Amino acid sequence: MARSTLSVKRRTLAAVAGGAALAIVLTACGGSDDGGGEGDTEAAPVDCAAYEQYGDLEGKTVTVYTTIVDTEADQQQQSYEPFEECTGATIEYEGSKEFEAQLPVRIQSGSAPDIAYIPQPGFLKSLVQDYPDAILPVGDAASENVDTYYTESWRDYGTVDGTLYATPLGANVKSFVWYSPSMFEEAGYEIPTTWDELVALSDQIVEDNPEGDVKPWCAGIGSGEATGWPATDWMEDVVLRTAGPEVYDQWVNHEIPFNDPQIADALASVGSVLKNENYVNGGIGDVSSIATTEFTEGGYPIVDGLCYMHRQASFYQANWSTLDPDLKVAEDGDVFAFYFPGESADAEKPLLGGGEFVVSFADRPEVQAFQAYLTSPEWSNAKATATPQGWLSANKELDKSLLQSPIDQLSYELLTDDSYVFRFDGSDMMPAAVGAGSFWTEMTEWIASNKSDTAVLDAIEASWPTS
Amino acid sequence: MSIPIPDTTIVDETPEQGKGVGKLDRLDRRAGALRRTTSSKSASIIAIVLAVLWTIPTFGLLVTSFRPAREIRRTGWWTAFSNPEFTLENYSDALYGSSTDFASYLVNSFVITLPAVIIPITLALLAAYAFAWIDFRGRNILFVAVFALQIVPIQVTLVPLLSQYVNWGIDGSFWPIWLSHSIFALPLAIFLLHNFMKDIPRELVEAARVDGAGHVRIFFTVLMPLLVPAIAAFGIFQFLWVWNDLLVALTFGSARDVAPITVRLAELSGSRGASWHLLPAGAFIAIIVPVIVFLALQRYFVRGLLAGSVKG
Amino acid sequence: MDWLLNPEGTGGKFAVMIVAILLFVVVMGVILLLADLPKRVPNWVIAAVFAGPALLLIGFGLLYPGLKTVRDSFYNRTSTEFVGLDNYVTALTRDEFQIVLRNTAVWVIVVPIVSTFLGLLYAVVVDRSRFEKFAKSLIFLPMAISMVGAGIIWKFMYEYKAANFDQIGLLNQILVWVGLEPQKFLLDAPWNTFFLIVVMIWIQAGFAMTILAAAIRGIPDDIVEAARLDGVSGTRMFRYITVPSIRPALIVVLTTIAIGTLKVFDIVRTMTGGRFETSVVANEFYTQALRQGEKGLGAALAVILFVLVIPIIIYNVRQLRASEDIR
Repeated sequence: MARSTLSVKRRTLAAVAGGAALAIVLTACGGSDDGGGEGDTEAAPVDCAAYEQYGDLEGKTVTVYTTIVDTEADQQQQSYEPFEECTGATIEYEGSKEFEAQLPVRIQSGSAPDIAYIPQPGFLKSLVQDYPDAILPVGDAASENVDTYYTESWRDYGTVDGTLYATPLGANVKSFVWYSPSMFEEAGYEIPTTWDELVALSDQIVEDNPEGDVKPWCAGIGSGEATGWPATDWMEDVVLRTAGPEVYDQWVNHEIPFNDPQIADALASVGSVLKNENYVNGGIGDVSSIATTEFTEGGYPIVDGLCYMHRQASFYQANWSTLDPDLKVAEDGDVFAFYFPGESADAEKPLLGGGEFVVSFADRPEVQAFQAYLTSPEWSNAKATATPQGWLSANKELDKSLLQSPIDQLSYELLTDDSYVFRFDGSDMMPAAVGAGSFWTEMTEWIASNKSDTAVLDAIEASWPTS
Repeated sequence: MSIPIPDTTIVDETPEQGKGVGKLDRLDRRAGALRRTTSSKSASIIAIVLAVLWTIPTFGLLVTSFRPAREIRRTGWWTAFSNPEFTLENYSDALYGSSTDFASYLVNSFVITLPAVIIPITLALLAAYAFAWIDFRGRNILFVAVFALQIVPIQVTLVPLLSQYVNWGIDGSFWPIWLSHSIFALPLAIFLLHNFMKDIPRELVEAARVDGAGHVRIFFTVLMPLLVPAIAAFGIFQFLWVWNDLLVALTFGSARDVAPITVRLAELSGSRGASWHLLPAGAFIAIIVPVIVFLALQRYFVRGLLAGSVKG
Repeated sequence: MDWLLNPEGTGGKFAVMIVAILLFVVVMGVILLLADLPKRVPNWVIAAVFAGPALLLIGFGLLYPGLKTVRDSFYNRTSTEFVGLDNYVTALTRDEFQIVLRNTAVWVIVVPIVSTFLGLLYAVVVDRSRFEKFAKSLIFLPMAISMVGAGIIWKFMYEYKAANFDQIGLLNQILVWVGLEPQKFLLDAPWNTFFLIVVMIWIQAGFAMTILAAAIRGIPDDIVEAARLDGVSGTRMFRYITVPSIRPALIVVLTTIAIGTLKVFDIVRTMTGGRFETSVVANEFYTQALRQGEKGLGAALAVILFVLVIPIIIYNVRQLRASEDIR
């Protein structure tokens, strides 16, 4: 593969060019480690100016272990290609859905990968606590990049006890309500901009559909062993709105008890939608059917006109194209999402989201260089170019025009808009016993067997680890 | 005494061979007697009903695997016949949707499975023989201990084993996968084969001993030929377990170069399960090879424990 | 020797595989040959040669980790601090645990008995009938499907939609056809546990059938003939001849399925995630040990699993003694 050192352009421009060229390069060389590419287009040059800082890494290998699999994994690997080409390093990628179970096994056995992508800050915290010698603090180059390209809060998510252990990678926005623009137009509904309008719209829909076959909301929280997480997202979004970001932070950090009255109010609000037989569960059944419906299929009744709204993150767009590749996901298309409204349209707007973080288990120069690359705008732009839909990062220098799907663009707009207050998914930040344990199970029971608000909150509070 | 390698024994028992026919006649008569234990008409009905009931779920999945995603969510698979709308896309996505060649997963599955079947069965046969036919102190305690170790969950062995493999520098290759599968298979294999072996009439073994045969010769010439059906049966079980394994492959065969089909299937639905519609097709791709192997081997054990009839 | 660890291409992989098998055969052959050479060898040497390799592997790969687990169960989540019986207290006193234990008991009783019964029934009625091969293949088919695959299949079977919508799960469609309300099979405790158990039975019946069919074939001719001459037939033949003759095989099948059932967690995990009061001990163990990083608590659950298997061990030891006495 030809290496090129074209004249140095402005940084962003170079990256755009690199990105555009990348698309052609991809067909030329396919998967990096197995040479599975079949195209025989001529290799197009990549502008390597931005990569000179990483030095010559010819013959060096960096192993990466992540939760990201299948086509998304291919897109990840494609986004490393400019780095591989310009530095000569090889990135050995491995993704597994059993990542959370397997990573500790590998760490304990002395075969940790060089780099791992951690999907939850809570998991990062427990890894740092359990294996303090294995996870290394972030190197200088990457750390500086985080300061330059990310907001303070994203640095905080990767920080444990004052030390930066992880750098941000991808991001997603969860405060979305999916709907069908055409259905809304037909029925003459407006997109609600406050919580009250949202409730009013829901009531309107109930009124307009007296037979009860069509409901305002549909939902599904089934997800195998992680069943219940979509309900925790609901809850977090509403806590942000009814109690505000400050209380939210205290709640997530357990500075107030889980069963604090303000949290109980939020849960009651969630219940006024999710446990309201008039509102749910469009196209599927009653309230308890939410518990057995897979989250991947939770929004599908919208397409059949059986429900109007489905609260789910930006990444749900992939599920629409699975259902029907011809569905147009756009503001003027078949399905789209609006911002899950807050108390009022003018006040601070809370925004719930999530993301992955990069940790390193080795401090070899090539590992540090690769981690620095992942925090750079070059990588974010390369990744945006390689991904047709369903990806964005919180990198301030990400070129929005490279994001290819309308919902990704909208997500990035909200993420970088100062009038929105971003908060990270709370269950991802809480200790695993709660955030990947009792919070999930109790919210599931809350829906499945109509467990009372108080009992649910008390049980989660009781399960919070003491140490 | 005839040449006792298992292959010839098998050939001996195929019905085409002159020697086998007499045996089969006798077996047929006896089977006829046993069959008359229940009136054969109602028996046939029960058999058909059960077979149909057993197959409906899989059949439903097969039909589903050819339907477009939207139809899967909208109507039941049984409506597909009145209103046919089928696609091969699920299969092509499952097979060619990844950057890694599907054939290389298939090759890895084979390379993993063959030694992981042969090694534990051989070791288990020898151990089972020791437990069944060699008198030594502590035999029963050892046997019970081996039997009891079946319950150790594989998950607790992962860290200790992987640490060793890392020490030896063989992690990420085929060797730890073979070794691990062999270890995990041994307790059940020894238990099952021991029970088959112990049922072999004492006189046969004694007669060989009187002839001056040592344990090694008795094992190969007297017992092995009688155990072919048991070995075939356990062989196919072990084959299925290894072929369908994900955990061992994930932990010990981390590298893409050694990943079997199950690893690919586990990721078919995508990081967040969005490609759920590929799962039925994936499940079918995964069972094709085991079904072929089963059909190819079944005469060795479904057609019965022919060798066992020597007892009579 | 790098090619042994990192084989290139398909040919290289198969080459390594063949080398591995040959290496194994040669080593075993040499060991056996050496054992057979001397005229008089003490029994324990022979026993060591026959059972040694297997025992060595088991000791390395199962016994040592097993003992380590017992130790870990008395330590905290990172195995750094002795905590006595704390993990057991935590495991046993959690609210849900009563239900988990109850479910595990139901699984370990129902699955082996029903699978073995169906397998035996099938082995007897299909024996030698014209479509035997085909019918047996159909019953065996689920064995070829992984637990996760089985979970996918049965999730489709149990799929729920309210009566006013098109059903996409077959079982609810049947209920609707006969005029009943669709059921949330996976949601409504305690019956949902039985619907999960059905999946395991569906898989294991093929195993039981295969082993029992082989055992029935092995019943000596003279016994059957003699019974027939005495005018024994029908269900009496089944009860007094067939079942007693294959009793050892029945015990093996029951035991194997019971232990397999105690360990199974994939079905529960893929179908309900252990929610709706369907969890079993093995699933709790997996969740704690591997997902929550609670090494100590996970180890305690593994030990509890081991305790649950003790009655099965004792029963088998008794059987072993009994058969020794006969010989």
